[in-house]
Amino acid sequence: MASASFDATSTMLPDGAVIMLRGELDGGAREALAAAYEGANALGTLGLDFEYVTYINSSGIALIVELLSRARTDHRPVVASGLSEHYREIFQITRLTDFMTILATEQSLGPAHSQDQA
Amino acid sequence: MVRRTPRVQGERFPAPPAAAGGASPAVGAAAIEIAADDPIVAHLCRARGAVKLASLELDSPALDSLRTSGVAMVVPLVTNDQLIGVLSVGPRLSGQEYSAQDRRLLESLTAHATPAVRVGQLVREQQTEIKARGRLEQELAVARLIQQSFLPEHTPEIAGWQLAACYRPASAVGGDFYDFIELPRGLVGLVIGDVTDKGIPAAMVMAATRSLVRASAQRLVAPSAVLADANDNLCPDIPQNMFATCFYAVLDPASGRLRYANAGHNLPLVHSAEETFELRATGMPLGLMPAMQYEEAEATLDPDASMLLYSDGLVEAHNAKRAMFGTPRIIELLAIAKAPQLLIDELLSALDRFTGTEHEQEDDITLVGLQHSPAGRAELLADFRITSKPGNERTAIRRVEAAVAALELPANQLERLKTATGEATMNAIEHGNHNDPSLELRIVVAASSTQLTIRITDHGAGPTIPAPQQPSVAAKLEGREPHRGWGLFLIEQMVDGIRHEHDSVRHTLELQLRLEGGDRGERKL
Repeated sequence: MASASFDATSTMLPDGAVIMLRGELDGGAREALAAAYEGANALGTLGLDFEYVTYINSSGIALIVELLSRARTDHRPVVASGLSEHYREIFQITRLTDFMTILATEQSLGPAHSQDQA
Repeated sequence: MVRRTPRVQGERFPAPPAAAGGASPAVGAAAIEIAADDPIVAHLCRARGAVKLASLELDSPALDSLRTSGVAMVVPLVTNDQLIGVLSVGPRLSGQEYSAQDRRLLESLTAHATPAVRVGQLVREQQTEIKARGRLEQELAVARLIQQSFLPEHTPEIAGWQLAACYRPASAVGGDFYDFIELPRGLVGLVIGDVTDKGIPAAMVMAATRSLVRASAQRLVAPSAVLADANDNLCPDIPQNMFATCFYAVLDPASGRLRYANAGHNLPLVHSAEETFELRATGMPLGLMPAMQYEEAEATLDPDASMLLYSDGLVEAHNAKRAMFGTPRIIELLAIAKAPQLLIDELLSALDRFTGTEHEQEDDITLVGLQHSPAGRAELLADFRITSKPGNERTAIRRVEAAVAALELPANQLERLKTATGEATMNAIEHGNHNDPSLELRIVVAASSTQLTIRITDHGAGPTIPAPQQPSVAAKLEGREPHRGWGLFLIEQMVDGIRHEHDSVRHTLELQLRLEGGDRGERKL
């Protein structure tokens, strides 16, 4: 089921790709997220930009785990940026942070994202 | 061992084969039942082939009946050393003896017929059993439906009091009931009762009694008068040999004053100030005879006092050694109970340990717990319902956020509350109400000076949900766990406490957030 309130677009970068997430990340985001991952099918770091994500629920977290699983299979490190303080806390509680790098709030993904990593 | 009664029946067993000379058609006009302990059973089981009755010397009623019916010879139908019937023939029309060839023919026919007859018997037995079971199950389903329709959907929210209730029906469905009645001036009527008998009759009388007590309580003030009135109205209509026990009390939540009367129900227990006592008042059960008087008594439930109303299904439950659960165990748990729902959970766990999990519950069990908790005096902030449609958790989140706006929660505590509310609502929609849009969730938001509670109630009855485990991302990434399964864990992490309540028809998850001192500060990971 596609979500009307979510979309994801991928941008290729010299050393990886960034998926820009927008809207509500729940179970309905599966197709858009999968398509965006296909669009970001390159070697190197995979960035996830959450700046415009307004809502994440447990089904959304499951989709992130699914995406992490694919990136792991493809030997791609994952970096996340733009998470609100609350969702940073949730990523810590769920220990997603053990498997992805979370950039500080002021840091952003972009052409130079690899230098931005803490 | 012979387990069934073989029958010799002219209409059921095929007519004797057309042996040479022809056999008498006048055999077996009526069925002959052969008792399992009739000596002819053992004889025929041992026999190999056709048996001439004339030569038998047995003290056997069946043999006499067979001879009287004109049977000259029988061929036993034996399978697995059990006699399942006999093929019977009368004397030959020619008056001659049956020849060896006739006997072989009959024996051959019997050998072929035996499996078919046995299969037919089994099918018939099973059909009869299914029909009987189906009828019984249908009756039980109706009884259960009646019962549940007349139980309160929710425990009332009473400022300064905690209430919990549980109804656990026996498989045969007894006649337990309980009720909470809103009365003028903020008073609350508490009812618990038990009707004799089981199944539909008990459920019908339960429904009538509950309605009569409710109607009387709306018109009359004194609990003794309420029971007397209900009794007078019940007596003309209750079936003979049936009656209902009933305890009725009126609670003044502001003072803790409790006025009560009892129509032969188990004595409620109160634990207060380090002692436990029974609420005693005498009175005949309802429906036995009209114009009865009921003693009325009064007690005060001081702050922190706990009260338990219960039915005999708890106290009279037996274990495998036929020992009774008894009152002392209840008193012991009541004395240490921290909250009514915890008391109910503890009592049911103790009962399960006592009887063993394989034990079939003998009678309905009804428990109503009450605790005076003035410190927890709560103000109702919202009480609304939403349909069970995936995605409606967002509606729940928005409405809860609006309800708590006046509390001015710190931003991160509000975010945690929203996440917990969303996850709990999603669980209730998906697992409690199975995404059935015809079912609603009820969400109640209340706050005291120290605590905010959000109660989410669905239609998912069942046992206590186990405490959530920390999901393992590593296991999920390696495919050893499904990617999903975060909800309950997240809920627990987002709030200061959760509490489950459940009975046979509902499940409630209560989210608790401490309000004192604002935010909870750093979370330990």
